[in-house]
Amino acid sequence: MDWWFFLEVFIGGLLSGVMYSLVALGFVLIFKASGVFNFAQGAMVLFAALTFVRLLEMGIPMLAAVGVTMIIMVILAIAIERIVLRPLVNQDLIILFMATIGLNYFIEGMAQLVWDSKVHVLDLGIDEYDAFEIGEAFINKFDVYAALIAGGLVLVLSLFFRYTVIGRALRAVADDHQAALSVGIPLRTIWIYVWSTAGLVALVAGAVWGSKLGVQFAISSVALKAIPVLIIGGFTSVPGAILGGLIVGCGEKLAEVYLGGFVGGAIENWFPYMLALLVLMIRPEGIFGEKIIERV
Amino acid sequence: MFYREAGQFKTSYKKDQSILPIFQDRIAMVAMLIFCFIVIPLFANDYWLASILVPFLALSLAALGLNVLTGYAGQISLGTAAFMAVGAFAAFNLQVRVPEIPFLIAFLWGGFCAAGVGILFGLPSLRIKGFYLAVATLAAQFFIEWLFTHFDWFTNYSTSGVITAPPMTLLGMAIDNPLSKYFLVLSIVVICAFFVRNLARSEIGRAWMAVRDMDIAAEAIGINLMKTKLLAFGVSSFLCGLAGALWAYVVLGTVEPQAFDIARSFEILFMIVIGGLGSVSGAFLGAGFMILLPILLNNVGSLITGGTISTETIAHIEYMVFGAFIIFFLIVEPNGLARLWQTGKEKLRLWPFPY
Repeated sequence: MDWWFFLEVFIGGLLSGVMYSLVALGFVLIFKASGVFNFAQGAMVLFAALTFVRLLEMGIPMLAAVGVTMIIMVILAIAIERIVLRPLVNQDLIILFMATIGLNYFIEGMAQLVWDSKVHVLDLGIDEYDAFEIGEAFINKFDVYAALIAGGLVLVLSLFFRYTVIGRALRAVADDHQAALSVGIPLRTIWIYVWSTAGLVALVAGAVWGSKLGVQFAISSVALKAIPVLIIGGFTSVPGAILGGLIVGCGEKLAEVYLGGFVGGAIENWFPYMLALLVLMIRPEGIFGEKIIERV
Repeated sequence: MFYREAGQFKTSYKKDQSILPIFQDRIAMVAMLIFCFIVIPLFANDYWLASILVPFLALSLAALGLNVLTGYAGQISLGTAAFMAVGAFAAFNLQVRVPEIPFLIAFLWGGFCAAGVGILFGLPSLRIKGFYLAVATLAAQFFIEWLFTHFDWFTNYSTSGVITAPPMTLLGMAIDNPLSKYFLVLSIVVICAFFVRNLARSEIGRAWMAVRDMDIAAEAIGINLMKTKLLAFGVSSFLCGLAGALWAYVVLGTVEPQAFDIARSFEILFMIVIGGLGSVSGAFLGAGFMILLPILLNNVGSLITGGTISTETIAHIEYMVFGAFIIFFLIVEPNGLARLWQTGKEKLRLWPFPY
């Protein structure tokens, strides 16, 4: 066994895991604050990335493009709260889940109608093929930067949750909707904040994935990759999303390299799910999830 | 006015337990069966039979299967298409290995194989619930799709990775034209629908509903959770497998594993949510809605624009309208079309009085 190669695969897996965490983070934020499993997160990633790349192509400087995209994502969040969530308050979780699948179709259609469905190149000024050398292992520089961006985002988000008034209100809503309402926290405003934050996360995820794969329709399917991450980490935990991403990322790369050859390859698609299943058998609420206590 | 149960007394236990206690309901059911078996074949053309009615029936069977699991027993599944794939490939493989076997036996075999796989992937449901369970069934979806794509044995080493259904003959008659296919699918679906309707009224069905409403409470009153949940997975997957075999043999003829991808699973989940969770008629109403909506959108789209807009744009608008429709339906009637039907019947009973 070549240990340098193992290390290379391992670190490559960790770094790609960070990218999964980035998408999973969007799910966790919304689930924590409203109990909605937002299937449309993938479509939001696509929409944010397309908006961003098209604005750049129009010659708008990068910072301004980020700003404009952000504003558009906030408008989207407000619209979602108004049109979809408000009439569905107090419905079963499965109804809300189905509504977000409907939303997923809508946003996917809208993103490609407003912009277009070609593959766009997004250049963030990082060379994708440049690599560090550690001993005999090559580590992709782009992945390292992506990991740093994701790490920074997580740090900012956790500080935001901990120290700002809005962050505290968010945590209160996540704990108990009714209690939060009764101490005067406006639930609707909070939901807009949460969906906007998820929009921001979607933008970052979309930019990173987009510059790696090109901005195209396939980006919206990274959401399916993020679901096992959620399961392993637990739906309600931000650190869980990160750790889950790392586990899935290196698990899937190592499995593909060392096991894939025996069974005909391309096991990346289902391996994370089987891993998630295994975790669920041992801990039904994920590694970091809150213990579910049920009463009759 | 006409729809009253007044004066219809249940004078024996047998009458009390009948599946359609109201006389008008029995007439309606007979009328509907006559309509399906006699009127439609007389008037429908081949396009309607082959492209709309047969796919509609096959998918309603899958929706019926999922409704057993999700609607009655309360376990969310996103792996319906995978169980359909198991049914299709198992039926195909049995006929390839043993050519003498009649296709109906192969269909049953497909159903039973799907039931076995369903029970296997249903095992986690004993420990996990809700969305966590949904993910467990997603594992089935991706794993089974991969299995059929990467192992040539399942496709009988066909170079293109697709399976072609062998010709079907029943009692010496070849089932190869739309009309005979329609009769075949209709008969199977009607039998299954009555089977599910009866099962739901039995002890098993009541146990499923108790588990759906609260499984800890159900356990406390003496329902064996393991048996109940796994039975739900088994029956549901059996129906899905049968539907998959029909989809492969009757609707498509030539199938690749990608015909049973995750989009199909979602489509069937939509059918039961829009049609109505936990009702047999809901599965049919939902399937009808999901089959007709894209056709309607397509026609309306090309009618309004008159071909001036590119097909790509129309496809995107279709996506949007489709998504919007689903959200709209969920907001207006979260309990599905079946509930609308129920409300309508209630109104009819009281007519002409408001209440």
